[in-house]
Amino acid sequence: MSAQLLQFLLSGLTVGAIYALVALGFAIIYNASNVINFAQGEFVMIGGMAAAAFIDSGLPLPLSVLFSVTLATLVGLLLEKLAVEPARGAPVVTLIIITIGASILLRGLAALVWDKKIHPLPAFSGEAPIAVGGATLLPQALWVLGTTLATVAALWWFFNRTLTGKAMLAVSHNRLAAQLMGISVSRVLAVSFGLSAALGALAGVLIAPISFTAWDVGVMLGLKGFAAAMLGGIGSGPGAVAGGLALGLIEALGAGYLSSAYKDVFAFIVLLAALVFLPNGLVGRRAAERV
Amino acid sequence: MSLRVLLALAVVALSGPAVAQPQPIRIGAFLSVTGPAAFLGDPEQKTLELYVEKINAAGGVLGRKLELHAYDSAGDAEKARAYVKRLIEQDKVDVLVGGSTTGETMAAVPLAESAGVPFISLAGAVVIVEPVKKWVFKTPHTDRMACEKIFADMRARGATRVALISGAGGFDRSMRAECLKVAGKQGVEILADESYGAGDSDMTAQLAKIKATPGVQAVLNAGFGQGPAIVTKNYRQLAIGAPLYQSHGVASKQFVKLAGDAAEGVRLPAAALLVADTLPASDPQKKVVTGYKRDYEGRFKQEVSTFGGHAYDGLMIVLDAMRRAGSTDKAKVRDAIESTRGYVGTGGVVNMSAQDHMGLDLSAFRMLEVRGGDWNLVEPRH
Repeated sequence: MSAQLLQFLLSGLTVGAIYALVALGFAIIYNASNVINFAQGEFVMIGGMAAAAFIDSGLPLPLSVLFSVTLATLVGLLLEKLAVEPARGAPVVTLIIITIGASILLRGLAALVWDKKIHPLPAFSGEAPIAVGGATLLPQALWVLGTTLATVAALWWFFNRTLTGKAMLAVSHNRLAAQLMGISVSRVLAVSFGLSAALGALAGVLIAPISFTAWDVGVMLGLKGFAAAMLGGIGSGPGAVAGGLALGLIEALGAGYLSSAYKDVFAFIVLLAALVFLPNGLVGRRAAERV
Repeated sequence: MSLRVLLALAVVALSGPAVAQPQPIRIGAFLSVTGPAAFLGDPEQKTLELYVEKINAAGGVLGRKLELHAYDSAGDAEKARAYVKRLIEQDKVDVLVGGSTTGETMAAVPLAESAGVPFISLAGAVVIVEPVKKWVFKTPHTDRMACEKIFADMRARGATRVALISGAGGFDRSMRAECLKVAGKQGVEILADESYGAGDSDMTAQLAKIKATPGVQAVLNAGFGQGPAIVTKNYRQLAIGAPLYQSHGVASKQFVKLAGDAAEGVRLPAAALLVADTLPASDPQKKVVTGYKRDYEGRFKQEVSTFGGHAYDGLMIVLDAMRRAGSTDKAKVRDAIESTRGYVGTGGVVNMSAQDHMGLDLSAFRMLEVRGGDWNLVEPRH
């Protein structure tokens, strides 16, 4: 029985780590612009699909991963430059709707540029399951957990130890004051979109060997990432990670012990409950002035 | 001047018979060529175009050419209804072939029934022909047959206590319901009934639960799309010993490619078309499936699918009925379709009757096992 529990926990943590990466992307853009970027899931899709396409064209895996993350970053920068920046003065709701439009456009483009088939990606280091106390773990899951951990550490360093990172934090705290201090808000916005796109693509590449990739995988992963970000408290980095892991665990344990038919329902019930009872999320630090 | 008159007369004389040539036979098709069910409609449309062209080149049917009127209903039942109305009222088609999905088919059924147009559906669900509708026929196998075939194979291996895991899509749910319905009759007991969502990326939780269920002798995954491939991978990861069965919904090379080594040993029911090359020469379907495969792959440079085969069967059954009826009179053609006996198609041997508007039996399905990354026939011939 405990082996079964361990299996649920391992599965939940792996999926949760992916949700956490997606949620971090939401948080970074939200901090820089107060915009919830609904195209975040599409970055995940671009990461996986581009990597699959590069591998099909004969590139080795590490290069494919590098190129696909770079490509997604460029798409993120372009999205900011062409769609979000021209509408800078518009209300936040307008910007959010722009990102929804962008996500539909990106999905359509992906179906055209690549195809509508499901693509596999080779696992980074083999497929032989690792036995852990009666449960099993795929080597890819270790990659997922390890990379997420390393990414979180790198982000912490970036936001606390570099000037650009600190500038981004400053903008998130008080945009006007940051601007008066000479921080270029439009540059911060561009960096935030690029960084979020890179994080999303990384998640996409990491999960593709486990669950495959297709032109429309971004919808559900984006939604789960959003739920994780809300659960953790939108705009909070540690919150996004905690929210992602919690969501993954809730899903796995819910499917395992209650009913698998309602696996997705658990995630969204928790999200609703969080919105009602903990409007600032698990790690909410903001007061209620944001509406 | 007189030369011109002569020429004009000659032209009239030569084109005379052409003017008197009979009307073409109009075939109306509505298929999901784009949209989520494009993998069904695309090969179906290509197949219809290919064979209409071939048959016309060979002189047509009843001395008349075929004319294909095809619309893209994009997996949308509402569009299907509009196009079928147009096919019946404006294009005045002699017969309807199409409805790639069950939703599109069921939207067209009332129109075909009230207008009295023979209609051959290319969709899977049992509801299309059960209860029998006067003008409606179908060529694909049903999910109930797939369940029966799988349970029969499980029994043959001594497995009667079965766990079910299925997805949330329409195909998945329909097959799950059919399997639950026929399990008792097939002497199979369902011990666990798990499910997963459409975009789920990990099914180890559900499978761990099945693994912990005492007495499970075989596992059946009723699913479609990437879900079954993930289930297969997770199944091997958890090292579950019981044999794993997949449905005919993933009977394509794509599944083997996605699941990789994990697919080894997986069994599933599929049409003979998938194993055309490995069928024994004595197999009644050998000739038709290899012929269709050669025609299709030669022309379109892509792998043949069972869905295109359903369109092939639909067209051939209709034309065969017209030949036997000796006309395209709708009522006569309908009766001739209903009396189709021993038609050998890509989907199986078709024997229609007033009670059975599909006409296939379990021999239409072959049980396949994945070995060495390829399909292998489990039985020489059931």
